[in-house]
Amino acid sequence: MSDTHAHSVAFVRTETLPQLPPPVGERGAVKWMRENLFSTIPNGILTLVALYVIYRFAAFALPWIANGIWNTDSLAECREVLDGTTGACFSVISERWNQLLFGFSYPSELYWRPALAFVLLFFAAAPVMFFDLPRKLLIFTALYPFIAFWLIWGGTILTPLFALVGIVVGYLVYSRYVRDSFAMGFFGGVLAALIFWWLSGYVTAALAPEEPFLEAVQSRDMGGFMLNMILGVVCVSLSLPLGIVLALGRQSSMPIIKWICVIFIEFIRGVPLITLLFVANVVLAYFLPPGTTFDLILRVIIMITMFSSAYIAEVIRGGLAALPKGQYEAADSLGLDYAQAMRLIILPQALKISIPGIVNVAVGLFKDTTLVSVISMFDLVGMIRGPILSSTDWNGVYWELFMAASVLFFVVCYGISQYSQWLERRLATDHR
Amino acid sequence: MTTVTDPPQGSFRLSMLINDTRYRSYTFQFIALALLIAFMAYLGMNLVRNLAAAGLNISFGFLGEPAGYDINQRPIEYDSQSTHFRAAAVGILNTLIVAFLACVTATIFGVIAGVLRLSNNWVIRKLMSFYVEIFRNIPVLIWIIIIFSIMTVSMPAPRAFRGENPDSSMLFDMFAFTNRGVYTPKPVLDGAAGWIVIAVFIASVIGIFAYRRYATKKLYATGQLLPTFWPSIAMFFVPTILVYFILGRPITLDYPSLQGFNFQGGIQLRGSLIALWFALAIYTGAFIAENVRAGIQAISKGQTEAAASLGLRPGRIMNLVILPQALRVIIPPLISQYLNITKNSSLAIAVGYMDVTATLGGITLNQTGRAIEAILLLMLFYLTISLLISAVMNVYNNSVKLKER
Repeated sequence: MSDTHAHSVAFVRTETLPQLPPPVGERGAVKWMRENLFSTIPNGILTLVALYVIYRFAAFALPWIANGIWNTDSLAECREVLDGTTGACFSVISERWNQLLFGFSYPSELYWRPALAFVLLFFAAAPVMFFDLPRKLLIFTALYPFIAFWLIWGGTILTPLFALVGIVVGYLVYSRYVRDSFAMGFFGGVLAALIFWWLSGYVTAALAPEEPFLEAVQSRDMGGFMLNMILGVVCVSLSLPLGIVLALGRQSSMPIIKWICVIFIEFIRGVPLITLLFVANVVLAYFLPPGTTFDLILRVIIMITMFSSAYIAEVIRGGLAALPKGQYEAADSLGLDYAQAMRLIILPQALKISIPGIVNVAVGLFKDTTLVSVISMFDLVGMIRGPILSSTDWNGVYWELFMAASVLFFVVCYGISQYSQWLERRLATDHR
Repeated sequence: MTTVTDPPQGSFRLSMLINDTRYRSYTFQFIALALLIAFMAYLGMNLVRNLAAAGLNISFGFLGEPAGYDINQRPIEYDSQSTHFRAAAVGILNTLIVAFLACVTATIFGVIAGVLRLSNNWVIRKLMSFYVEIFRNIPVLIWIIIIFSIMTVSMPAPRAFRGENPDSSMLFDMFAFTNRGVYTPKPVLDGAAGWIVIAVFIASVIGIFAYRRYATKKLYATGQLLPTFWPSIAMFFVPTILVYFILGRPITLDYPSLQGFNFQGGIQLRGSLIALWFALAIYTGAFIAENVRAGIQAISKGQTEAAASLGLRPGRIMNLVILPQALRVIIPPLISQYLNITKNSSLAIAVGYMDVTATLGGITLNQTGRAIEAILLLMLFYLTISLLISAVMNVYNNSVKLKER
């Protein structure tokens, strides 16, 4: 065929030409820039303006950072070294890093303890955050609160130990009676644990050694970023179960329980956190039995936990409402009682839907822990505004300190929100 | 014959309170109520005993006593001899002022950033993501303090504006940025004529809305499209400017000027107000940007294509099809951001802006020692505001709810 055809026309190319590359304007960096930076004239102007702004900012900030001084003892000395040139005095960070991280009265020879607790936090959180890890690691997660408490506060090991044993006792009682009814198991367990803790208080007081293995540190010595971390981690983990209970209560068909939850949630959500911190600081003492002295940090934890549990309850309520009604009916038709239906059918799905919201609340709460500086607790912001900026050595070095604080918060919050986005993609079971 | 299984009559046993689903919910509610009452009674008894021990009582009489402290930003008449009640009122007004300013500014920032995050310009898109991530992930308290530091530390003192060759100069001879705040010109009304100009301006704004309504009505009735853009612009400017010059410029600007060690005249915006205002605006703006982006992305592409296939032009697609649907998604979170701004404005206390938390919950509380009463009133104020905003939100949600079946 091709032979005859080749004879009838003047010229037929027998082999294909090599492919030409696309025109210069349609490939590589040029195409990308044409499409993404200069697609229209206003777009091009916008790009140039944006680049100019970035340039001005970089031209100001980069020399300032690159020229930074890291090894002087005071601002005056640092200014001397800089000698009028642009440059940051990062030496405030290298000199006061311990105060920024641990507060100014945590004993410096004990810094390893909160640092170790911080490192262990990752091991404790890992099995909760990543489902592929072996489930047995959850045992360490369960033990972590007690280990961390013992590491950070020190003192006799009996306190966290008895706290742990009390929970175990409560669980044993619960698993014995839960077969009769969930309510009986639950209240029996709580009661058993309370009785155990009450008794163990006397035992601890009798047995506690004079010189504990880990030196005890007072709550008022906690400070710096450590305080923000403690408040954030403790309050988020405590408010999660409380939030679930409140959300279920608000969905409940029992009017009295429902209205108690609604009033609590709406009241807490309606007032700023600062007023609740004021309550913790000055008012709460009036409502406690006369003569009780209550740790300020504990009062603050109670208030922040109440605050965040109301927000988490609203997020979870959204998750509960988003479930199709058929799920509730299916659980009923299987003959599950309320506790079983919630535990096995409803909550796993509702919590999955509410994960992004819960993480948002957690990030917001972690940022809000800086508010404790207003009631004169020395968290990271409190440390900067109080002891460091008012010291004679470092009076007037604002930007370096606030930059350090911003970087610390940004790393944590950005990390958590990135994790939440990853988790959301991972948990998406609908096929789009 | 039907068999009816009547509940066994008269055989009520105590265990049924726990085991029988008919009575169980009553048992639980009774227990909950009893526990709550017992808890409240316990707190109340402690309160009574503590107050008796301290020789105090609960009384709001302190509100009528002279406050004895000064407030540097006074939207209403106030001096140190005024009552604590008046001090609280000044604080409430200051809270509302900063919350209003921050809401407006945050909306502008948020809408611009949210729309630009969807731009097809790579640099702009990345820049806006950078803005959103930076501001969302750093506590607002730190932003407030940073901006306050810029206002008080990095700005020149008023004396830098003095002399033949001053170190600093005023922007356009109108605005002075000093470490005591920003001074801006203040409009001064010249008697009734000034008010007439303002009235004309308001009337022309109402006129614009009326005209646009008329144009829409006419479009629906006859299909005739009236121009709206240029007439609106003309109505906005022309009558006001005409009246202004006819009446002989009754509104003048009072420029701030350096007298002695400080600026006189004009409006002084204190560093604390500016710090709070801009920090709240720029921080919440980042959140609003995310809401706006989510709202626009929530409208499926099919809507745009359907509108285009009906022959609508891009501007009309946006106005008539996309925005009405996107606003339904955007406005509820937007309103709760406004609520957040109002609540976060209580951080004013960190920079010494005299809002209600700083007056009623700060100085008044410390001077009178009436902690319980002051904080109760403070909470009631914020609660009222947030319930009002929630009510507005519910009304809005009901009005835009999709009416299905």
